[in-house]
Amino acid sequence: MKKRKLEENIFKGLMIVSLLLVFAALAGIILVVAVKGLSSLNLSMIIETPKGGYYLGKEGGIANAIVGSLYLMAGATISAFIISLPAALALQKEYLSRRFADFTRLILDILWGTPSIVYGAFGFVIMVFLGMRASLLGGIVVLTLLIIPIMIRAMDEAIRLVPFELKEMAYALGTTRAETTLAVVLKQSLPGIFTAVILAFGRGIGDAASILFTAGYTDEIPTSLLDPVASLPLAVFFQIGTPVPEVQARAYAAALILLFIVMLINIIARLLGWRFAKNIVR
Amino acid sequence: MSRIKIKQLSISYGNHQVLKNVSLDIPDRQIIAVIGPSGCGKTTLLKSMNRLLDLNEDVAVKGEIFIDGENIYRPDIDVTALRKRVGFLPQHPYPLPMSIFDNVAFGPKIHGLDISSTPAVSGAQEETGKKEGMRRFVEHYLSLAGLWDEVKDRLHSPAAKLSIGQQQRLALARVLSIEPEIILADEPTSALDPISAKLVETQFKILKQDYTIIFVTHILRQAKRLADYIIFLYMGDLVEHATAGQFFSEPRDEKTRAYITGEIS
Repeated sequence: MKKRKLEENIFKGLMIVSLLLVFAALAGIILVVAVKGLSSLNLSMIIETPKGGYYLGKEGGIANAIVGSLYLMAGATISAFIISLPAALALQKEYLSRRFADFTRLILDILWGTPSIVYGAFGFVIMVFLGMRASLLGGIVVLTLLIIPIMIRAMDEAIRLVPFELKEMAYALGTTRAETTLAVVLKQSLPGIFTAVILAFGRGIGDAASILFTAGYTDEIPTSLLDPVASLPLAVFFQIGTPVPEVQARAYAAALILLFIVMLINIIARLLGWRFAKNIVR
Repeated sequence: MSRIKIKQLSISYGNHQVLKNVSLDIPDRQIIAVIGPSGCGKTTLLKSMNRLLDLNEDVAVKGEIFIDGENIYRPDIDVTALRKRVGFLPQHPYPLPMSIFDNVAFGPKIHGLDISSTPAVSGAQEETGKKEGMRRFVEHYLSLAGLWDEVKDRLHSPAAKLSIGQQQRLALARVLSIEPEIILADEPTSALDPISAKLVETQFKILKQDYTIIFVTHILRQAKRLADYIIFLYMGDLVEHATAGQFFSEPRDEKTRAYITGEIS
């Protein structure tokens, strides 16, 4: 009897410690970034591009990186979504044999686990071959490739949660596969599909290695898909590596902005997700 | 004249044979109960009649099922049209993830049903417009399923919010909305409370004037209450089929007698 109670308490303790660690990690990150970065966070940081001498601590801001990251991720998220949704729907057993679907999932999981610097190197080789230079377009393409496996697999998990009986119900009414997919499967898994997009967005916007060679870096806001583009992760990376304390503080300010964007997107997604969930069958 | 004729039907999942060489003619415009112990092939027999079995993996069907003289296992058959004619009511009534109204309007929409020619609307559409026509159509079938009075003030709220008993009657309205000729029901009351179950049974008795209703049950008393004709399966074999009166009062087979008296279950 005593042993069972002890076991119960050990498990409870482990769970509490794990959860506390998770909260502490997030709180710690926010605290460090805020303490170091808040002092240099001001309006000109957000709305101005770097002026001459910015990297020596003179005035200017990182609007180039903020806008650059948003451009990159808008492009990558939209193109990845267009590719991922049909792919995820195809993994249903009505379309692909279980064996082939599982093989596809394995491939996607391997791609998911591939380090982003490998994506960057791959993209770079292709761009050299095509004679392209680092550009917004190059960055979007590589980020799209990077987040597609995440998006497909997360969508796939949401789609697999649709009860078979619900689909059977639709087929029993005489629906075709496409009608079942559009009217039932898609509606039922909409919140999960939305979450998949956000998950992929979050992974993409924070990635530095894949766009280091492919998107480049510039102090300008790009005006064409073929211009190089700055990004927040690289803004953090370059500024933290300088010897000037003011510029290092600006790196933390850039990280703070990056964190803020990710949090904002997640909160908006949750709120929208609740609206989408109104017709969901449980 | 029987519209459904089953000839030497054998069905197996992988190596497991579920139905063995079943042949029978099913009478029209009656309530037919398929009874037998769990795992004897009742649901499989039911789902073979509108080819819902096709959704299972590794299923092998031998033999033929004729509906109105047409073998529904012919390769060139239009399965969606077949399922429109042979409606299906599942054991667990999942509503479609949409409003109550759309649950009923969905079937006719996908089949491109001309609702103005249905008895529910019958010409009213010309006077009142398409929208009102569909509203009357939905009202008609919700009433036929005995649900209208409970949902008429919240037609556009999510169907998922209905109680399970209401969901099953919504499923019935949805089946009826595609104007089938035959209704298959897989233990349609097993998930319901006694009051909802009674409501569904009552609707069945009303509907049998116009439809052939084939339902699976493992409740002997329910079969006795509802059915005009009984099909008794045991371990994949068709043991006996007869009118309810004859089946219960003068069973011919020893297994039937044992099942009715509760010696086997």
